[in-house]
Amino acid sequence: MLRPRPGRLMRASMPFRNSAQRSTFALFLLLAAGIMLIGKADPTLYERSRMAVTDFATPILDTVSHPVAAGGEFIIDLKLLYAAHEENRALREENERLLRWRAVAESLESENARLRGMLNFAPDAPARYITGRVIGDSGGAFLRSVLVNIGHRDGVRKGAAAVEDSGLMGRVAEVGERSSRILLVSDLNSRIPVLVGESRERAILAGDNSDRPKLAYLPAEISIAPGDLVITSGHGGAFPAGLPVGVVVRPDTDEAELRVQPFYSAQRLEFVRLMDFGLTGVLQDRDLGLAGR
Amino acid sequence: MKRSAWQGLDTAARTLTPGLVLVVLVFMGQLPYSLSGHNSITPYFVLMGVFYWGLHRPDLLPAVVVFLVGLMQDALEGEPFGVNAFVLIAVYWLVSSQQRHFKGRPFLVVWLGFAAAALIADLLRWLLVSFVLGTALAPWSIMLEYVLTVTFYPVLTVAFALAHKTLPRGGASDFID
Repeated sequence: MLRPRPGRLMRASMPFRNSAQRSTFALFLLLAAGIMLIGKADPTLYERSRMAVTDFATPILDTVSHPVAAGGEFIIDLKLLYAAHEENRALREENERLLRWRAVAESLESENARLRGMLNFAPDAPARYITGRVIGDSGGAFLRSVLVNIGHRDGVRKGAAAVEDSGLMGRVAEVGERSSRILLVSDLNSRIPVLVGESRERAILAGDNSDRPKLAYLPAEISIAPGDLVITSGHGGAFPAGLPVGVVVRPDTDEAELRVQPFYSAQRLEFVRLMDFGLTGVLQDRDLGLAGR
Repeated sequence: MKRSAWQGLDTAARTLTPGLVLVVLVFMGQLPYSLSGHNSITPYFVLMGVFYWGLHRPDLLPAVVVFLVGLMQDALEGEPFGVNAFVLIAVYWLVSSQQRHFKGRPFLVVWLGFAAAALIADLLRWLLVSFVLGTALAPWSIMLEYVLTVTFYPVLTVAFALAHKTLPRGGASDFID
């Protein structure tokens, strides 16, 4: 094919083209800056457009994330295979320990049932679960959130607790028609009322984008040790009480705050259960916008 | 020269390539890589695309496409709306205006150029997200992301160049390194 060579006319028109280009760029920069400023004033404003884009991308991400997850798991499996011998020994030990714990749990469960019967205790309403698959692990450098392939049409509601096999993972922050965004407990904006240890001290689990969220607002005199269990307290009505979250870990030397190692493993997030307890809590007013459609 | 409708269609499809490549890159950044460890940090893939096409074929990538791709990245990533649109347009402007300095230079120079552009982009992104969220964010994650982004650029360049070779040639500014 013939290649057009820049002629005299074209060369002469270059400065004009450049200045037109410059103003296009400047225009788009201004537009983006405007969008950011409006978003800063009202963070909920773009929620619908945001989730519309996510809904559009869901089928694609859903399809492509299967092989990616499989590939990732394959490599993890290879690593595990390498460490299988040591792992087996550790697992056998853990299994023995857990069997003892099971016996304890069973006896406690029956004792609990007997005591509840004596007290006419009214149990919590059973939770409704919706299971979804993680299709997007976004957030990257600034946020800790994941996208799942279930949304409004599947009955997902904003504020629902997201749990993985082992414990609380986060909460539903945005709901689209067929996708939702889950804010992980480690995210900067995550604040969860929790109870710590056997003394059931109240605290707030505050994410700071690190893998181990902080325990904030602990009472001055505390009797908390590394290894203590952290569960949701149910205060504020955003979460059901008693969901396991993680364990307290020893703080780094230069830190005053205690940190929590969550139970969920961010490395192997694949399926997520969203619990709907019929609690609306702090997210009620925002929820209406989407649920009322 | 007579051109059939098919040829026209073919050219049109090839002309759309840079934009489509950017969309694919946005998706690549979203996939749940179990490998990346506990931090779920992925390279800033879409920036690599904007840099490459801004350097080689800005004629096939209108600024509006870059802008929309930026908004799409914002929506999927969950970052404040407008941040990536701003950063990508800024980098695109910068790169397409510096094109002549990179033409015919060894790849190492282009790579260094990318490292500089990515530094500006990530710094800008960190500032903008911190500004919108109203708190100075810890810079460690973005620094890790920066290193990943610069490291992966040569790999992605090979893929971009393959796509680039299928495109109809542009004017004198068109080059493949």
